[in-house]
Amino acid sequence: MVFVLRRLVATLPTLIGAITFAFILIRIAPGDPARLILGDEYQNSAALLQVRAKLGLDRPVIVQYVDYVSDMLRGNFGESFRTGQGVLPEIWSQVPGTVTLAFAGVFVAVLIGVPVGALAALRRNTWVDYVSLTAAMLALAAPSFWFGILLIYVFAFLLGWFPIFGAGQPDSVLSMTHALVLPAIAIGARSAALVARMARSSLLEVLNQDYIRTARAKGVSQPGVVRRHALRNALIPVLTIIGIDIAYLLGGAVVIETVFARPGLGKLLVDAIYTRDYPVVQGTILVFSLGIVLVNVLVDLVYGLVEPRIRYG
Amino acid sequence: MTTPAATLSTPKRAAPRRSRFALTMRSILRRRSAALGLVFAIVIVVLAVFAPITGGHDPLEQSLRHKLKPPGGDYVLGTDPLGRDVWSRLVWGARVSLSVGVVAVAISAGLGTTAGIVGGYFGGRWDAAIMRVIEVLMSFPLILLAIAIVAVLGPGLTNLMIAVGISSVPQFARLVRGEVLRVRGREFVEAARAIGGSQTRIMARHILPNVISAIVILATLRISTVILTESALSFLGLGISPPTPTWGSMIADGTKWLRIAPWISIIPGIAIMITVLAFNLLGDGLRDALDPRLRGE
Repeated sequence: MVFVLRRLVATLPTLIGAITFAFILIRIAPGDPARLILGDEYQNSAALLQVRAKLGLDRPVIVQYVDYVSDMLRGNFGESFRTGQGVLPEIWSQVPGTVTLAFAGVFVAVLIGVPVGALAALRRNTWVDYVSLTAAMLALAAPSFWFGILLIYVFAFLLGWFPIFGAGQPDSVLSMTHALVLPAIAIGARSAALVARMARSSLLEVLNQDYIRTARAKGVSQPGVVRRHALRNALIPVLTIIGIDIAYLLGGAVVIETVFARPGLGKLLVDAIYTRDYPVVQGTILVFSLGIVLVNVLVDLVYGLVEPRIRYG
Repeated sequence: MTTPAATLSTPKRAAPRRSRFALTMRSILRRRSAALGLVFAIVIVVLAVFAPITGGHDPLEQSLRHKLKPPGGDYVLGTDPLGRDVWSRLVWGARVSLSVGVVAVAISAGLGTTAGIVGGYFGGRWDAAIMRVIEVLMSFPLILLAIAIVAVLGPGLTNLMIAVGISSVPQFARLVRGEVLRVRGREFVEAARAIGGSQTRIMARHILPNVISAIVILATLRISTVILTESALSFLGLGISPPTPTWGSMIADGTKWLRIAPWISIIPGIAIMITVLAFNLLGDGLRDALDPRLRGE
C-alpha cells in the first residue's frame, strides 16, 4: 500500500509537467482564442474584450498559469469552443471506447504473440521459426492504419464477415465484440510482433537454464517443462514489452478509430483539431498522458506480483 | 619451388589500411538482410531524387478519361479517381516521406544529442531538469505528441518536420545521456580536463566522437518510425495540404474507392512497408557493424 502511494506521488511532477506542456502549447498557437470563439464576423473590439475577460486572457500569463494548473488538478478542464459544454464530461464519455480498443489490442498481442513466439523458439531454425520471424518483421514495418484498411477490404468487403465501420449496436455485447475484431487486430498486430520476438528470445534463454535441466532430469515431459517451468519465467520480459507498448496502443487508437469510424478519444481529438477546439485538444492530450502515467504505475505493481525479486520499496 | 628460407624471408605484405566507412560497408554487405536493406534504401532514394525522370507522368495531371484504371498498360500501378498516375504520385510521395524522415531525425538527433551530452556531462541540476522535461515528453505517445504540435503549428511540410522531430527527441536524449555517463569518467576525458580543455571542447572533441556510432544507429532506425508517424499524420489530413502527393494521404484518398479500386490505398501502404523495412534492416546491420554491444537491445 505504501509502495502504491509512493509510486502515485512520484507521478505528480510528470503530471504537472504535462499540464505545463499543454499550457505552453496552446499559448504559442497562432490566433486569438476569443476570435476563434466569436468567429470572423465579430471583429468588434468590445465583444472581443468581453470574451477575453471571461476566459481570463487579459490577466498576466503567470496568473493564468497558476489558475490553469489549479483548475486542471481539480478536474476543471474548461469548456469546448464548439459546443460550449464542459470538456471533461465530453472526454469522459469517449474514454470507454478507446480503453476497450487498446485492451483488445493487448489481448490480440498476447493471444497471437505468445504462442507464435513460443513455437518459434521450440522449433528454432526450422521453417516455423523463419516464417514467424518474417511475419513479425513485416508486421513491424506496416502502418497500422493501412493494415486496418487491408483487413476491411478482405474481411468486410470481399468476405463480408465483419462490419465495415462503427462500434456495433450499443445494446448488444455480441454486436460490439463483432465490430471490435478487425480494429483490435489492426491495432494489436505490431504489438503481437514485438511480443512474439520477445517471447522467442526470452524462452530460448530460459530453456538453457539449470533449473530446466533439473526438471528434465527429474523426468518432466517436454510440454510440462515448457508450460510449468520455462514459459512462466520467460513471460516476465514479455510483460515489460506489453507495459511499454500500452502507450503506443493508446496513441495508435487515435488513428485506428478514424479508420474504423469508431467513437473514442482519438476521434474526439482529431475532430477537435479540425475545428481548432483548443480546450478539447488540450484536455484529450492530458487525459492520454494521465492514462499512460497510470498504466506505468499499474505495470510496476503487476511486476511486483509476478516477480517478487523485483518488488520495490 | 620455394625453400622454407625463401618463404620466411619474403616480407608479409602489410594489410591495406581501411577507413571506418569501408569497414562498416563491408560488414553490412556481408550480412544478407542488412545488404538487402541497403539496396532497397538506395533504390528508394534514387527513385525519389530523380522523380521528374522516374515518375513518368505528371503526378498532378488529371485525366478523367483515364480515371480508376487498374494497374497495367500505360499506367503501371493504375490511376486514382481523378485519373492521376499512382506510380508517379508514389515516386513523388517518396520525396516527402524521405525528406521528412531525414530532416525530422536530424532535428531530433541534434536536440536530443545536445540535451543528452549536457545532462550526462554536467550531471546534477542540469541533468535533473533535462530528464524531467524528457519524462514529460515521454508521457505522451509519439503520434499524439506529433499531432498536438501539428495542431498548434498548423499543417505544412516544415511544421510536419518540426512536430515529428520534436516528438523523437527523448529517445536520442536518453541514449546519448547513457553513453555519456559511460565515457565521462574515462582517462582520456580526465586527461583533456587536466591539460585545461574547455567544457565545450571536451564535449565536442572528446565525448561526442565516442557516442557518435550509437547516434548513427538510432538515427537510421528512427527514420522508419518517423516515416510511419508522418504517414499517419498525412492519413489523418494533418500533413501537407493536397494536391502534393504523400503516401499517407494517398491511402486516405483511396479508402473511398476501396471496393472498386483497392490498389489506390494498398500500393502506397506497400511502399511504406518496404521503406520502413529497408531502414530497419539497415539500422540492425549498422548496429551489428558499429556497436556489437547494443545487439539485441
